Amino acid sequence: MFSLENLADKVHDVLSASVSPPLTLLIEMIIAGILVISLFAVLGLVLVFMERKVSAYMQIRLGPNRVGYKGMMQTMADTLKLLVKEGLVPDGADKFLFNLAPLLTIIVAMLIMAPIAFTKGFQLWDINIGVLYVSAVSSVSVIGILMAGWASDNKYSLLGAMRSGAQIVSYELSAGLSIITIVVFTGSLSLGDIINSQRDGWWIFKGHIPALISFVIFIIAVTAETNRAPFDLAEAESELTAGFHTEYSGMRFALFFLSEYVNIFVVCAIAATAFLGGWLPFHIWHFEAFNMVMDFIPGIVWFFSKVFFLIFLIMWFRWTFPRLRIDQLLNLEWKYLLPISMFNLLLATLVAISGWYF
Amino acid sequence: MFITDYIKTVTNSVISLLKGMKMTGYYFFHHKEIITQQYPDVKQVMAERFRGEVVMIHDENNEHKCTGCTACELACPNATIKIVTKFETTPEGKKKKAIDTFVYHLELCTMCNLCIEACPTAAIKMDPTFEHSVYDRSQLTKVLNKPGSKLMAGVE
Repeated sequence: MFSLENLADKVHDVLSASVSPPLTLLIEMIIAGILVISLFAVLGLVLVFMERKVSAYMQIRLGPNRVGYKGMMQTMADTLKLLVKEGLVPDGADKFLFNLAPLLTIIVAMLIMAPIAFTKGFQLWDINIGVLYVSAVSSVSVIGILMAGWASDNKYSLLGAMRSGAQIVSYELSAGLSIITIVVFTGSLSLGDIINSQRDGWWIFKGHIPALISFVIFIIAVTAETNRAPFDLAEAESELTAGFHTEYSGMRFALFFLSEYVNIFVVCAIAATAFLGGWLPFHIWHFEAFNMVMDFIPGIVWFFSKVFFLIFLIMWFRWTFPRLRIDQLLNLEWKYLLPISMFNLLLATLVAISGWYF
Repeated sequence: MFITDYIKTVTNSVISLLKGMKMTGYYFFHHKEIITQQYPDVKQVMAERFRGEVVMIHDENNEHKCTGCTACELACPNATIKIVTKFETTPEGKKKKAIDTFVYHLELCTMCNLCIEACPTAAIKMDPTFEHSVYDRSQLTKVLNKPGSKLMAGVE
């Protein structure tokens, strides 16, 4: 049967049979890089279109419906427009940092892609500290945002960047603690092991109360970390025009825009891996026939449907809730989410030690 | 007590957020609620009393009710209407005043409706059309009486 694992193995076999091992590694890295970049491009197009349609339907509007079938080509047209637009650099800007910032954010988004398992055996890099790697690299994106805010020489940009810094640093804590809950259950930091531990049931069902609480906290925290409404203070349109990317235009702006959506995809992929079993199918205890049918659906479909469900959830938040004030934002983190997630971690440890999970 | 207040705050806020999500979720799955009008494809129907432009009412015999009394021209606050009159000879040999051209400057009109109220014979009315964009300003100066039209019999 055709599977992506077989395909990856076949490519590896063909390459190692024909060229030397270092060259094989090089070619494989280039192939992986091209695949990641093309995944980025497709994700950008699909997610922007999805966002516009979801927002439209939630606000009783129609959304883009002119370009292509039901407006499918709208984002393609927008991308084309951004490509041919002039990329202005303000006179007072720090030219080097101004050009580096969008590159840095997109590179960070690309780096987190490495340990994500798309389906069985289809993973770029299964490191044994996957969870640590993800939470460490994802906090680097704040440097890109601060860089953009500082280099723009614009008070709106700087304010947005500082807010974003405060926000990401605070919410990293809850996101990390809620992932640690799953690490406590699994006993491993590797994303591959976390998925394998969910063969007999996803952690959100097996871990019941602590897993559920940490899932909710994780979703809230990553919404804040990706600077999306209701936590989009970094780019609050009504207060700061566009926050840290006020001065950006053309392709540099497009890179920021793309990295926002890729970040959403990545954090949703992490959430799907840790709580919803990654590429594993949905199984009900002892329903053999049902489980057989579920096994027939390939892992990549399971993975992407879970991720897109979570992305839809985050979009749902964005188009329902009003934006928080900065003090309310920090209150929510330090007075509510952090105590709850710390208490939840204790509870999870208790559950894990007593073996109360299924 | 502090702890109960804390838990109550958390539950109440979660419930209110879920209420909001229920509303938007309902709209997401019920597309019949969409209020967007696809304007160029589906023609917009304006309200009956919408004031789009002044028109002169003509019946099927190409007759209008305008006697050329210039009451509308006097009532207009910004000189939108200009009536050019002429004298016609009736079959009895009497000379009678009638309109030659009823000039209406749409670009000056504020749709205040004073001309319609001033008209003693209800010869003009407000029309609910709204697609008035043109490429040249001169096209906004309109002659309201149709060519060859004449005064309806019995209207003084």
